[in-house]
Amino acid sequence: MPATPFTPIESLLGGALIGAAAVILMLLLGRIAGVSGILGRLLPPYGEPGVGGAAAFIAGLVAAPVLYTAATGLAVQQTVSGNLPLLAGAGLLVGFGAILGGGCTSGHGVCGLSRLSARSLVATLTFMATAFLTVLVVRHVLPGAD
Amino acid sequence: MRILVSAIAGLLFGLGLVVSGMADPAKVQNFLDPFGAWDPSLAFVMLGAIVVTFAGYRLAFRRGRPLLADTLSLPSKTDIDVRLLLGAGLFGIGWGLSGFCPGPAIVSLPLLATGTLVFVPAMLTGMLLARALQNRPRGSAKRAEAAGN
Repeated sequence: MPATPFTPIESLLGGALIGAAAVILMLLLGRIAGVSGILGRLLPPYGEPGVGGAAAFIAGLVAAPVLYTAATGLAVQQTVSGNLPLLAGAGLLVGFGAILGGGCTSGHGVCGLSRLSARSLVATLTFMATAFLTVLVVRHVLPGAD
Repeated sequence: MRILVSAIAGLLFGLGLVVSGMADPAKVQNFLDPFGAWDPSLAFVMLGAIVVTFAGYRLAFRRGRPLLADTLSLPSKTDIDVRLLLGAGLFGIGWGLSGFCPGPAIVSLPLLATGTLVFVPAMLTGMLLARALQNRPRGSAKRAEAAGN
């Protein structure tokens, strides 16, 4: 993996945009901006309300990099691992864990912490801890695994 | 109207991920690697997001009722149980391995990296598996109800 530049200003600004999206959903629709929860509403078994809104939110997410590049002329910088079996396994863990744990980085990490939810604090500390440990093992204990 | 608001929120959320650099798994993994090529940017994303969300939520909660819906749909579950710890723990392992969590993975779809096109279907499969587990008929009905799912 390449080194990446520290971008505090862009990150604060991007974070504020994410926060604005979360506030709009709560203030107007009374909903949590948790991406795994929103994706879950699009998957069977159905029966939860707000499927149309969930689909529109996901469409907005997908449109974002396209509109960003159209508006600024800048490509979105990204390095995705070429280890496809690793990504398949990681995807299974992320999807399974997010539904079992009732949220992901956005639902627990942003919205839950902002609601001062103890459950979300525990979830966030837990996934942060296992993520740090995983990267420690993959990069420094068993280097070459990623 | 609700559809339009949801689409705008999704777009802003996605632009936030792009502008902050969080659509790049390398940037996320470098945050998780203080002993290597550490990039603390993700902490600033969380800071910006939580400051704005915390302030906006206070406004929404004081108002009590959303502008375009009848009630605030807040998670009702408060217990810290095995599912929460196990789910969050597994989520963190997958997040660390890939540098992808659900938002950035979906945002990355139109960039068409092969890894993303493998990760997203696997993630959706994982979600369906967890759903199937939660919806097992015996013993889980009560818990599903308590979760407000």
